[in-house]
Amino acid sequence: MAHGAGGKASRRLIEGLFVPLLCGASNGPLGDAAVVSLDGTRLAITTDSFVVKPLRFSGGSIGELAVNGTVNDLAVAGARTEALVVTFVLEAGLSTEILQAEVEAMAAAAAKAGVCIAGGDTKVVEHGKADSMYISTAGIGSLIPEVSVDPASVRAGDQILLSGPIGDHGVTILLARGDLDLEADLSSDTRSVLPFVEAIARVAGPSIRWMRDPTRGGVATSLNELARDCRLGIVLRDDQIPVRDAVRGACELLGLDPLHIANEGQFLAVIASEAAEAALHALRQTPGGEQACIIGEVQEQPAGAVLVTTRYGGTRIVDMLVGDPLPRIC
Amino acid sequence: MCLAIPGKVLEISAENASLALVDVMGVRRHVDLGLLEDDRPAPGDWVLIHVGYAMSKISEQDALEQMRTLEMLGEREGAMQEVRGYGLEEAPGKTPATKSPA
Amino acid sequence: MKYVDEFRQPELIRKTAEEIRRVADPARQYHIMEICGGHTHAIYRFGLKDILPENIDLIHGPGCPVCVLPMGRIDDGLAIASRPGVIFAAFGDMMRVPGTHGSPLEHKARGMDVRIVYSPSDALKLARQNPDQHVMFFAIGFETTAPSTALTLQRAKKEGLRNFSVFCNHVTIIPAIRAILDSPDMRLDGFIGPGHVSTVIGCRPYEWIAKNENKPIVISGFEPLDLLQSILMLLRQLRAGEAKVENQYKRVVTWEGNPAALRAMADVFQLRPYFEWRGMGFIPESALSLREEYADWDAERRFEVPGIRVTDPKAAQCGEVLRGVLKPAQCRLFGNECTPEHPVGALMVSAEGSCAAYFSYEHRKTELTTLNAPA
Repeated sequence: MAHGAGGKASRRLIEGLFVPLLCGASNGPLGDAAVVSLDGTRLAITTDSFVVKPLRFSGGSIGELAVNGTVNDLAVAGARTEALVVTFVLEAGLSTEILQAEVEAMAAAAAKAGVCIAGGDTKVVEHGKADSMYISTAGIGSLIPEVSVDPASVRAGDQILLSGPIGDHGVTILLARGDLDLEADLSSDTRSVLPFVEAIARVAGPSIRWMRDPTRGGVATSLNELARDCRLGIVLRDDQIPVRDAVRGACELLGLDPLHIANEGQFLAVIASEAAEAALHALRQTPGGEQACIIGEVQEQPAGAVLVTTRYGGTRIVDMLVGDPLPRIC
Repeated sequence: MCLAIPGKVLEISAENASLALVDVMGVRRHVDLGLLEDDRPAPGDWVLIHVGYAMSKISEQDALEQMRTLEMLGEREGAMQEVRGYGLEEAPGKTPATKSPA
Repeated sequence: MKYVDEFRQPELIRKTAEEIRRVADPARQYHIMEICGGHTHAIYRFGLKDILPENIDLIHGPGCPVCVLPMGRIDDGLAIASRPGVIFAAFGDMMRVPGTHGSPLEHKARGMDVRIVYSPSDALKLARQNPDQHVMFFAIGFETTAPSTALTLQRAKKEGLRNFSVFCNHVTIIPAIRAILDSPDMRLDGFIGPGHVSTVIGCRPYEWIAKNENKPIVISGFEPLDLLQSILMLLRQLRAGEAKVENQYKRVVTWEGNPAALRAMADVFQLRPYFEWRGMGFIPESALSLREEYADWDAERRFEVPGIRVTDPKAAQCGEVLRGVLKPAQCRLFGNECTPEHPVGALMVSAEGSCAAYFSYEHRKTELTTLNAPA
């Protein structure tokens, strides 16, 4: 189970099993999307699957996650989604109302994101499987010319930008499952981050080193992957990381770290320091990016790790998670 | 054993006087007041919550007093520096320093 | 966040750290043990070691109820829950703790009905909602958590709810402190006392540490200012040659403790003659079991328990780290065979265990890092 959570176990499964057997000669760092060449035109492609429970939650549903999640994987690879294809795996006995609601949600999300759902497939499996519904997608996109992301281009001194408050989605889902008897006015932040990519591409395209949408495993996992890939250190400032009150309250109650919690509509970028202010300004001018901020920078040390610092001089390493974040009482 | 968080009592349940709705920065949960039956909290009180039970009322007075003590730390040192400036060292066995120029 | 943010104010933290530097005798090496795992976690989470002077050594004590639980007890609990129709309910802390045949989460992946609960009352609710199944609550924790289990059992008995039981692993803090002080290789100057345990038991139970062992103990809160103020109070006592019990956490801890909590515990629990603590061996009268009046809700009496004993690998030096004789990084298995992902010994299995906390938060820091920290 830990292998799906986005952290260390997932990475081992992917790097240890899938990549060597399936990708053969490929030896670059693993991104959210792959770039392929078709008659000289470079396209980005990606695939993703969505198994969230419950299907519907405040702020969104599995269908919206499927569209936005795929658009975002392409966006952070520097691509605009041209088309999506979708597969539904449905549990026998699923009500048609539920299915209809999801399809409508997907259509609305696709229209909002400006993407076309070009086709798809459906399979029905027996009752007891698929948790009502699993959705799998593939997306194809055209690369934005000004942008070229590569962890190898990251340098000490580069700045880390974050589009907005973290933890909303993961905490919303945790509360929506109902076992913890917690209630809060929180919603998933699911949305397309392409507008953010386009905004910073316009003012700082060549200065963008790396981008990621911090989904499962949170900001901590995304930045740890970067630190590992570029073999530099990432140093964050505790007081610069935006977290909503209710997310903070839930995390304090449950003993969780917001840095490990999934987001579905936030965006991380590493920008060369001379362009960082301009990029930040552009993000803040973009609807939904008003709370964007610079949360830290790349440094030589601690190489391969992520460090969080406080205003009074205390520091702690923030590691990738092993599995899903679990509430604790100790 | 140790994760306990302050929360504000919003309301006591009508069906069960031992159950309260408590707020932690906008997150709400029903908290059992059974361990505080000798000194029941009222709406507006702050309690320390551990595994869904209120362990203790939080004393605002003691919290403020603690803050005052800590804030005075620097002031005490400032006052001591002034005193030293007059050559009135506290340390036993030391001959008083000559008055330092202003 | 009220009653939290005030105690995290950066300027005040700096000031208190400066005062600690001023008061600490530069010619002396201080060995202070924080007993509670929650304090260990707080020290690392807030990076307090970075702002304390070099001559204050914080040693992590045995107050981690997950860490000190022998693997055999987890096996026993899982054995009960592997019966058809039984739901295994426990706090999140237990979910990744390895038993001989895997952790509760791994058992869940293989088909066992395992539920994470935030409160023992949630486990009771599960029993009410699932009348055809039996809910076994795997209870852990020191005196902070035991009263909540006690109240839950009182409610279960009052309601006559038969499909609920508790597998009780509650342990008590004082015998653990005694075991630390009785170790021949012990060299401690003072203690940071467990703040939340003390909301229940008060400050009186620690008096023997000051009177008989001549060591100061300061009962501390969990925010950075609480811990720093407690360290300051300890240093002041040590400089003055004093040994007293002091209460730093006055806003929630009283000298007498919580009478309702103590009453509930006395009603429901009794002391086991002895109990095995992982890494520390058998300690007399250090753990709780259910009294006869609650036999029907005692999982160990409702079900046959294998009573498995599992010894830790000889190479693991958990005992020495638990007693503060070794630092986590000095254990031969640390970071190689034993990591949070595949823990071999007790102190890696829980996030607040000394080894896990050190591994996750600290050990990849380099000297350069602390130089780079913002002024």
